[in-house]
Amino acid sequence: MDVTIKIRRYDPEAEQPGSYWESFDVSVADNATVLDALIKIREEMDGTLTLRCSCRSAICGSCAMRINGHAGLACKTALALAIDDNNSVTIEPAGVMRVIKDLAVDFELFWDKIRAVEPYLQPSGAEPEGEYIASNESMLHLSGVTACIMCGACVSDCTVLEVDPTFLGPAALAKAYRFTADPRDGNREGVSRERLRNLSEATGMWDCTRCNECVQACPKGVAPMDRIMGLREQALQAGFTNNNGARHTGAFTESVGHSGRLDELRLPIKSVGGVTNVAAMISYAPVGWRALTHGKMPPIRHKNVENVENVRRLFRKLEPELAGTQIGKNSPFG
Amino acid sequence: MLEHDVLVIGAGLAGMRAAIAASANGANTAIISKVHPVRSHSNAAQGGINAALLDRGDDWEDHAYDTIKGSDFLGDQDAIEIMCRSAGRALIDMEHMGVTFNRDDEGKLGTRAFGGQRRARTFFVGDFTGQALLHVMFEQLIKSQVRSYEEWFVTSLIIEDGQVGGVTALEIRTGELHAIRAKTIILATGGCGRIFEPSTNALIVTGDGMALAYNAGAGLMDMEMVQYHPTTLAGSGVLLSEAARGEGAYLRDKNGNRFMERYAPNMMELASRDVVSRAEQTEINAGNGVNGCVFLDCTHLGEALIMEKLSQIREIGIDLAGVDMIKEPVPIRPGMHYIMGGIKTDVDGLTSIPGVYAAGECANVSVHGGNRLGANSLLDTIVFGERSGNHAADACRGIDFLDFSEDEVVAREERRIADLLERPDNGDRWGAIRQAMGESMVRNVAVFRDEQTISEAIRDFSDLRERYNSVPVENKRRTFNTDLVFALELGYMLDVADTIAFSALERRESRGANARTDFPERDDENWLKHIVARKGEVGPELSYMPVTITKWTPEERKY
Repeated sequence: MDVTIKIRRYDPEAEQPGSYWESFDVSVADNATVLDALIKIREEMDGTLTLRCSCRSAICGSCAMRINGHAGLACKTALALAIDDNNSVTIEPAGVMRVIKDLAVDFELFWDKIRAVEPYLQPSGAEPEGEYIASNESMLHLSGVTACIMCGACVSDCTVLEVDPTFLGPAALAKAYRFTADPRDGNREGVSRERLRNLSEATGMWDCTRCNECVQACPKGVAPMDRIMGLREQALQAGFTNNNGARHTGAFTESVGHSGRLDELRLPIKSVGGVTNVAAMISYAPVGWRALTHGKMPPIRHKNVENVENVRRLFRKLEPELAGTQIGKNSPFG
Repeated sequence: MLEHDVLVIGAGLAGMRAAIAASANGANTAIISKVHPVRSHSNAAQGGINAALLDRGDDWEDHAYDTIKGSDFLGDQDAIEIMCRSAGRALIDMEHMGVTFNRDDEGKLGTRAFGGQRRARTFFVGDFTGQALLHVMFEQLIKSQVRSYEEWFVTSLIIEDGQVGGVTALEIRTGELHAIRAKTIILATGGCGRIFEPSTNALIVTGDGMALAYNAGAGLMDMEMVQYHPTTLAGSGVLLSEAARGEGAYLRDKNGNRFMERYAPNMMELASRDVVSRAEQTEINAGNGVNGCVFLDCTHLGEALIMEKLSQIREIGIDLAGVDMIKEPVPIRPGMHYIMGGIKTDVDGLTSIPGVYAAGECANVSVHGGNRLGANSLLDTIVFGERSGNHAADACRGIDFLDFSEDEVVAREERRIADLLERPDNGDRWGAIRQAMGESMVRNVAVFRDEQTISEAIRDFSDLRERYNSVPVENKRRTFNTDLVFALELGYMLDVADTIAFSALERRESRGANARTDFPERDDENWLKHIVARKGEVGPELSYMPVTITKWTPEERKY
């Protein structure tokens, strides 16, 4: 198979450092991976091409990069499936993290966030003499998360990290979930209260916008966004509701459950704890002003949808599931 | 100058375990690795970790016997006793650290069967046990706050008058050379699989620590004992775990026959790895394979079991060979996987150089002998990683740092690197030399070997050494210059390749993985001994060491 590999390169020691594209025409086996082609280029055509790779079997997490614009592992991507009609594929370094050289990026941001979630088991009480007794199901569930190989594909494509580097991000939050969901971590009931409290703060679990990019990017099926949603559920259940994220969820549910639609005017106010939060109100002022002058201000009088009773009936049906959560407490029927 | 009591080189399972132990034992400890710790090759261990747990009715002596028999009686029995006695505690420690081991119906740790063992004592996390252990060990490393030099490549050991003083290392990211002072050093750099092509091993597995120790005068022992794993994927040569056979998969020839019944009627597919690989190779040589492969058949195991316990290797089959093991047999063949040989150490990890320790695949405490049992390697890394860490920390007490000039050693390495970078660009690239070395090794020092083939490999390596001496480094920059690192690694690999070939030539009998067609029998009278390779004037000089036998007398080996 003859293919063209277009690589976005970067040489920090060039006279005028900057990224540039370079194409390589390579001949590889029909079942070759993207990594096979890159290694061939590196070994036979251009020894200056720089990338990290090691295991060739999607377990070491070294070779995450953007392939045709989306993050993935080069060793897990069949070239035949990646090429376009012109037998061409584009390769770029992973996003969000700073490029060191060519496809090698600086993982410091990634590891800082992992370290920030205190990534080691923190049980309470004395260890048992033998193993902790736990159900196979609980371990299989955790293994679905510990299958994370820390390749950074999710971080590369996270749309929040792209604009807000303070966000803990999908990899670190999934790592945190691996402990909060572990029956051995936290108090005697297996509830990791301290972790959930910390992760409920700004830059934590509530900053995810649920764009799903991390789920798409993850080569190991870890589905970081789903784990973040798991964290939110655990945090609400543990009573960590005094924060913008939890209030936002509550106010959202309350509005829809009551009127059948979102009250866009009151949602942001309730999310920050009401009009008494003067600092937040002041910070909203410019947005409010722009909305007003552009005719985008939501109506002050919030109207119900037609047949709102049907919506309310749905919510009543769901009520047992919502009971005990912040959503339940804030529900119009709670 | 950077300064630590204990400096661990290599951050896989053995290295991190050693660093955590040394730090807990009060030593100022650092770990240095050419890759980030979680990229280490311990990741690739799939099937599990062995331990005989008393409360399951198992006995460490049974585990020891299986290991000794598996080693074809070349393993040192004192070391094996230590490993098997320590296994239960080591396993439970890992569980307490947070490893998500699969459980049985009572919520206790579950087991699966593994090759060469008479009972199921392999504990596992799906089919990615190594990755699960490695990441948990890294969590503990973070907790320990041990200083970690990541993506630093060690270029030499500093040894003066027989005393170790530290290392020189290339900070890959900047291209800067550093000296790090240390009272004791623990080599935990893993195996040397990339000397072979193909190999299941990751691209980073280049025998660095073995070569560093060898060049410093330490002995490499049992280097002829190279494990060819029975189930490596056609084409890429990537590993498909023994866990498949542990869960009940069959090996079949092109006509669908389970040929193992002719080679190991009792243990069948779960005989020792050397036995199964020889059986496969015999069948392939007899024309009973297809395209140089026989088949791993998992189709009768059912989708549910495969998805719960073998999902990673199923993905590998789909991604790399386009074969879904749920639906059809996978073409496989024996492939180079592991080296039982390594830097000779005592049971505390100490090498023949005072202050230099070794643990994990780069070391040879001698627990694997002529053939390692599956799932004993993870155990080896943890048990002997911890022991070497503890002992290296103890050894620091009451001794001073070696006094040497930082400028001098850094300047010496700078010159060496500059020489490489300034070479004319007209020689063979390192990639071509490595490929030729790997292919010669797999062709000539294969599952079956004889004097003629091994001699051919030795001649090849001699030619390749000549070509290596003028290998150019195309990349002249300093930032993240992997071209330079690969060229240095190739030098390490050529050193180690010689010791493998010369030792294989020397052992004129068939034992464990060293199957000599010109000497087809095991010969206890003359060869129940280790071969040790030390660096001589022109290539390796060989000597012998006795095998330690405690209570298991060598006997005929049948499965």
